[in-house]
Amino acid sequence: MNEIFKVEYTDIPVNYKEIARYAGAKTLDDGLKALIDKCLEEADNAKALKFSICYALEDIKVEEDGVDFGVFKFQSAGLARVLAYSCKALIFASTMGVGIDKLIRRYSAIEPSKALIFQAIGTERIESFLDYFEEQYKKENGVELANRFSPGFGDLSLSYQKEVFVLLKPEKNIGVTLNDSLLMSPSKSVTGIIGIGKKNGNKGCADCSSKNCEFRG
Amino acid sequence: MDFREFLKNNNVILDGATGTELQKAGLQVGELPERWNITHSDVLINLHKAYYDAGANVVSANTFGANILRYNEEELDAVVKAAIDNVKKARDLSTGKQDKFVAVDIGPTGKLLEPYGDLKFEDAVEVFAKTVRLVEKYGADLIFIQTMNDAYETKSAVLAVKENSSLPVFVTNAYNEDSKLMTGATPYSMACMLEGLGVDGIGANCSFGPKDLEDVIEKLLEVSSLPVIFMPNAGMPKSVDGKTVYDVTAKDFASSVARMVSKGVRVAGGCCGTTPKYIELLSALIKDKPVSKVTYKGLTHISSNSKEVRFGSRPLIIGERINPTGKKRFKQALIENDIGYILQEGISQSECGADILDVNVGIPDINETEVLPNTVTRLQEIVDLPLQIDTSNKDAMEKALRIYNGKALINSVNGKKESMEAVFPLAKKYGGAIIALTLDENGIPQTPEGRLEIALKILSEAEKYGIKKEDLIFDTLCMTMSVDPDAGTKTVNALKLIKEKTGCNTSLGISNVSFGLPDRESINAAFLSMALDSGLNAAIMNPFSKPVMEVMCSYNSENGTQEDIEKYQGFIKNIINRTIESNTNGVVAKTLSDAIIRGLKDEAKVKTEELLKTKSALDIINNEVIPALDEVGKGYENKTIYLPQLLLSAEAAKQAFNVIKDSSTVQNSSVKCTFVIATVFGDIHDIGKNIVKLLLENYGFNVIDLGKDVPPKAIVDEVVKTHAPLCGLSALMTTTVPAMEDTIKLLREQAPWCKVVVGGAVLTEEYARKIGADKYAKDAMETVRYSEEIFSKLGK
Repeated sequence: MNEIFKVEYTDIPVNYKEIARYAGAKTLDDGLKALIDKCLEEADNAKALKFSICYALEDIKVEEDGVDFGVFKFQSAGLARVLAYSCKALIFASTMGVGIDKLIRRYSAIEPSKALIFQAIGTERIESFLDYFEEQYKKENGVELANRFSPGFGDLSLSYQKEVFVLLKPEKNIGVTLNDSLLMSPSKSVTGIIGIGKKNGNKGCADCSSKNCEFRG
Repeated sequence: MDFREFLKNNNVILDGATGTELQKAGLQVGELPERWNITHSDVLINLHKAYYDAGANVVSANTFGANILRYNEEELDAVVKAAIDNVKKARDLSTGKQDKFVAVDIGPTGKLLEPYGDLKFEDAVEVFAKTVRLVEKYGADLIFIQTMNDAYETKSAVLAVKENSSLPVFVTNAYNEDSKLMTGATPYSMACMLEGLGVDGIGANCSFGPKDLEDVIEKLLEVSSLPVIFMPNAGMPKSVDGKTVYDVTAKDFASSVARMVSKGVRVAGGCCGTTPKYIELLSALIKDKPVSKVTYKGLTHISSNSKEVRFGSRPLIIGERINPTGKKRFKQALIENDIGYILQEGISQSECGADILDVNVGIPDINETEVLPNTVTRLQEIVDLPLQIDTSNKDAMEKALRIYNGKALINSVNGKKESMEAVFPLAKKYGGAIIALTLDENGIPQTPEGRLEIALKILSEAEKYGIKKEDLIFDTLCMTMSVDPDAGTKTVNALKLIKEKTGCNTSLGISNVSFGLPDRESINAAFLSMALDSGLNAAIMNPFSKPVMEVMCSYNSENGTQEDIEKYQGFIKNIINRTIESNTNGVVAKTLSDAIIRGLKDEAKVKTEELLKTKSALDIINNEVIPALDEVGKGYENKTIYLPQLLLSAEAAKQAFNVIKDSSTVQNSSVKCTFVIATVFGDIHDIGKNIVKLLLENYGFNVIDLGKDVPPKAIVDEVVKTHAPLCGLSALMTTTVPAMEDTIKLLREQAPWCKVVVGGAVLTEEYARKIGADKYAKDAMETVRYSEEIFSKLGK
């Protein structure tokens, strides 16, 4: 069995435009920026902007219809395309913890505008932290990485969450649990696979099957 | 020997890791470790025996994950039986001369409890109860609840043990670097709750090596009146030549843990990465160490999930606003199930400096046994202050105490036999400090001595239930001065006497003193000042009342710590800021409609108050609020404004509606029809649903919000009960859309009149049609437009 690594980060620069986008605003005006700043400050005071990730490095065998990880195989031509140039991959589970969920819940009942901003912050933060994690990993190991790919993307069934959880034990390592509907708690959690090796085959939104996605570019 | 007896006079040595040892022996990824109890019993017996041989007094069976979520009933029975048998065999085979005991491990369910996850509290209790019943069936010396990283789940496990077994129970939690559990609990709040629940020992396990957990252990030793347990990892895992090794050696581990034993730890062992060698060295170091006395700390304290609040150092503010008595608007909120209004009262009091919140929802028109626990749960989701459960309904009190996350304050018991018989067993079972009123079957005695007599009676009766005097807080009851001008003095004298004679903490509801008199706040403030001088420890009061808060804060800053002074300064600043804010805001928006369009909440409130002086509620709604909402709604539909702005405007409009509702001219003439809304079963996302709700309310719909993760039957029952013409369902995940389909099917059978509108990230027009919905709404505005269309057709 491969070893499971654990990393935590705080303090990665904030991308306001992304937060605005996740909150459903196409432009970032001063009023919205002020609201985001207020929420960021509150989240920071509540120590809700911390990121944890646990991951394992696995040998993989890329086949036409999926990727074999030894202990299990993920059926997905989409994943196989993204990992075409890789013979190793990182499997990860990451989370912002319950702090941001507490804020979302708190405001959800009394001030939905702030709940909306907090949930946008949570999404922006975890994606930015993951980007940062990838940059660090590339630097430290002198490798290139393929685009990250998560269960539920394209033709990779969400049910593979179960395998990811068996492998990484995120319940114990970073406090993320999976329910019977394959939903993770805390809500701002992301699992996925990152191939070691150059980027390939991923055309971004154009490659995704969610044709009605509101964020589709 | 009985384990509790042994624990009294001895340091207890625990075993080391099982999981990491089984991995070394070949346990594969994804393989359930408890199955090895049957398939590899020799490996387990040898490991257990090695720990006994190393000097462990207690060896835990390999049952960490043995629960009904991972095994079916039959297999669960078999693995628990085999696990216990293996330890017993090892005990009999071991040559160690020490006293030996058999423990059964209970680890986390692997699911997160509500509100952050979806496992219901009672379901968690039942999961643990199934395992505990097997422990009773097969016999062990103690139950060891371990590695829990959530206070609420810990409580559910302890309750399961207490309700199904009389065995001693140890509880250790897995703390993070910040000395908190994953969901925020501190060593103080955990100690407070667990002592209240009557466990036999508390501590920390797993997480880190011994040095990184010292802070947690020191905090536990500081507050705990129970033996403290220390069971760290052998440091952190590292990869060396492809093998996982832990970075603290057996020797360093043993000396670090032994040092904490010298500081007062009574029970010590190892978690991940430790081996029989670690325990052997540890045992050698602490075997002959003097046994520290577990001192009784005598604290009067209560807790929420993350906050422990102590009585005695400075007077505490118990916010009294969550209470319908004499508050028309609050009653209305209760009847309409307007939880948002109640939660806002909680948040505002917390912001004004309350230390504890009283929660009373007792009105005749509602089912208190349902509403009280629900309100407590919802408040605990959003406010981190401990709560005071205020009810005379025994069933409601039990339900609320049971689901309460922490150790609650109970309001109240009195000297009547009936009251004590009802309250004390609950306080004993669930933990809780109790406000004790000095009245009995004969009423409230006139003299301080008479009230003292009742206090002594309550104390001696409490003792019979095993309730310590520190958990009783006496309230000598203040009657109104309009009836008896000496009422205040009598109460304060009684307070002084009881404090002196019993050493107990005291509390008073101060607002009653001025009932029926003019300028009540000043009288309350004067009375509070008098009571504080006599040593009052807590006041049930209105944190929004400036005179009363000024007395409290200035008293605290004169007598208190730096923190108290800062709190006082914060309070003053708050008051000043409020005035300035409303002044400047008054200039910015020209009209109410302008305030709503620009999303200015405070101004919307002020403008509405002004308008109400000259105009009718209906006029304001029709000529100011609705046109503003329409303008914003259209802007949103035309994509000139975006969702955050839409919400800010909706919230400003809601402020206006709140003012209108607060005013006596409230008319329900603008209410359209009922709209039942829910996030479907299995799904816990509800931001979208809440946005839709907010907008629908603004447009005059009577929205019944059933929350998230709602079973189909509950939704259909509500639609049938209210004969609602509209029902809105939200789902975010592809995996929960089937639950939406089931709900729609059931609605068609039992409520064929109801139009179903669906929404959520994964839905599309086509998908909605496929599952039988009447309408797919892409956003909140579209739901509003559709609902108005349906409403306009009603009755035609």
